[in-house]
Amino acid sequence: MGHAAIIAGQGFNGVSLASILLLTALGLALSFGLMNVINMAHGEMLMVGGYLSFLATKMVHGPLAFPFALLLSFAGAALLGALLEVTVIRWLYGRPLDTLLATWGVSLILQQAARSLFGAIGVEVVAPHWLEGSVSIEHGLLAGLSMPYVRIFIILLTVAVLGLLMVFIARTRWGLYLRAVHQDREMAQALGVNTRWVDLVVFSMGTGVAGLAGAALALIAPVTPTVGQSYVVYAFLVVIVGGLGSLFGTTLAALLVGLFSAGVQMFTSISLADVWLLVLVILFIQFRPKGIIYQRSRAMKEA
Amino acid sequence: MLELEGICAAYGKSRVLENVHLSIAPAESVTLLGRNGVGKTTLLRTIVGLHPVSQGTVRFAGEEVTHSAAYQRARKGIGYVPQGRGIFPHLTVEENLRLGSASARKGEHNGGDAIPAHIFELFPLLRRVPNRKGGVLSGGEQQQLAIARAMVAQPKLLILDEPTEGIQPSIVQQIEEILREIRTRLKVAILLVEQYLDFAWSIADRFYVMRRGRIVENGSPRDSDPASIHHLLSV
Ligand SMILES: Nc1ncnc2c1ncn2[C@@H]1O[C@H](COP(=O)(O)OP(=O)(O)OP(=O)(O)O)[C@@H](O)[C@H]1O
Ligand SMILES: [Mg+2]
Repeated sequence: MGHAAIIAGQGFNGVSLASILLLTALGLALSFGLMNVINMAHGEMLMVGGYLSFLATKMVHGPLAFPFALLLSFAGAALLGALLEVTVIRWLYGRPLDTLLATWGVSLILQQAARSLFGAIGVEVVAPHWLEGSVSIEHGLLAGLSMPYVRIFIILLTVAVLGLLMVFIARTRWGLYLRAVHQDREMAQALGVNTRWVDLVVFSMGTGVAGLAGAALALIAPVTPTVGQSYVVYAFLVVIVGGLGSLFGTTLAALLVGLFSAGVQMFTSISLADVWLLVLVILFIQFRPKGIIYQRSRAMKEA
Repeated sequence: MLELEGICAAYGKSRVLENVHLSIAPAESVTLLGRNGVGKTTLLRTIVGLHPVSQGTVRFAGEEVTHSAAYQRARKGIGYVPQGRGIFPHLTVEENLRLGSASARKGEHNGGDAIPAHIFELFPLLRRVPNRKGGVLSGGEQQQLAIARAMVAQPKLLILDEPTEGIQPSIVQQIEEILREIRTRLKVAILLVEQYLDFAWSIADRFYVMRRGRIVENGSPRDSDPASIHHLLSV
């Protein structure tokens, strides 16, 4: 296997990691951009999606098992997100610190629940038959490069989700409401937009997509009670680097972080470094006057 | 149609509105006058549902709406053109207008997605630039868009906060004609906050004057001398 093939292989891994990061980051970016809410339990949505996908493939067999797993992990995480929004987050709007602490509590509860239900050791989701195998290149510069179908599938899934989300935001009535609330919440309300519904729909859509990320992740790594933690750190990083307001920025940032991580082989499970990175990231969002994002929305208002 | 009884409101500890009574009959046109900072915008925001009242009741179209959310009041028929116009800068003219029908949808008018034709009759300018971003329009154009957007939902009451602020005289005249049309032909009640007395006088059936959070004078332009009102506004 030549150097070029090794680099291309890491690049490919980086892109598939970026896909999962992007699916995770989209929800964070949406809820922070729209509601100024930092959901510390967002990583657990990924974890929940992973376990739901595991359960789905235990319950259903045959060719429909995996599509069902995707559906269940999206719907389950979206429902859980809706529940979280209605019972906790909605009551803490405008109190970022309380929101942080409360959702952090929720994340611990969810992790503990997963530990009690499934044990601390990870569970594996067996990929469906049609995702077994890989594309291998045998000749030329990239000889020896092998790209597993599961990872190709994860990338395609992400592209599809991104496309659907873009259509949703740009073309639908709810997408219009979302953009309006983002630019001027009060005015949207005064025009008859039920902003509570918009918040709820957007928030649970974001957690649903994170659930989907969990189902995707389950194809390539075991699902553990803390699996969300290790990914959400990077997802936060993606949100900060990418800023909000544009899916493009988030996508670009996800690619950057994904390729970077693959490059330095950071693809390990949680370590203290991850925890510290998370702390740093949170401090950054909290105290660096709302970061890149806030200035953007200000600029929008003044434009 | 609209009745305010004993409205009080505050920002934190500082009280801004004190026991305000105000009423508007269907299709009536009322202007609220007062110097800078007396609480006019705050009063409008309590009517629209964007600022909480600490005491008093707001009734609209026979129902109490004191604690209803802004979107619910919009759906009951309150149209709002805020100070500063509230145009969504990154949405196109057409999208801004479509948002106006957010409240028409669940109301009695079956607005749906279509923008009623009479809107473009009132605002021919907007027909020409449907894809321009709201943020790049001139002040006068934005003001017309803001009024048009409020009218898309076919409100029963149109609330306008200083629509002539920062707008050149020729456009002010256009806006005056549009408001007259809305009032006489479409029979929409109007609540207008205005500093520009001549403008207010030409449109209003009745006026209120506010001072430091209280209504200190009310009457009809026909029975009142603008000079005496000037006196109230300038001290
Ligand atoms: N967000 C706010 N926080 C604290 N105080 C405020 C706020 N907005 C307005 N005020 C104060 O409340 C009072 C009334 O303000 P309001 O905007 O209602 O006045 P106004 O009559 O509309 O003035 P103008 O003619 O300048 O628009 C003012 O003293 C103002 O300083
Ligand atoms: Mg004002």
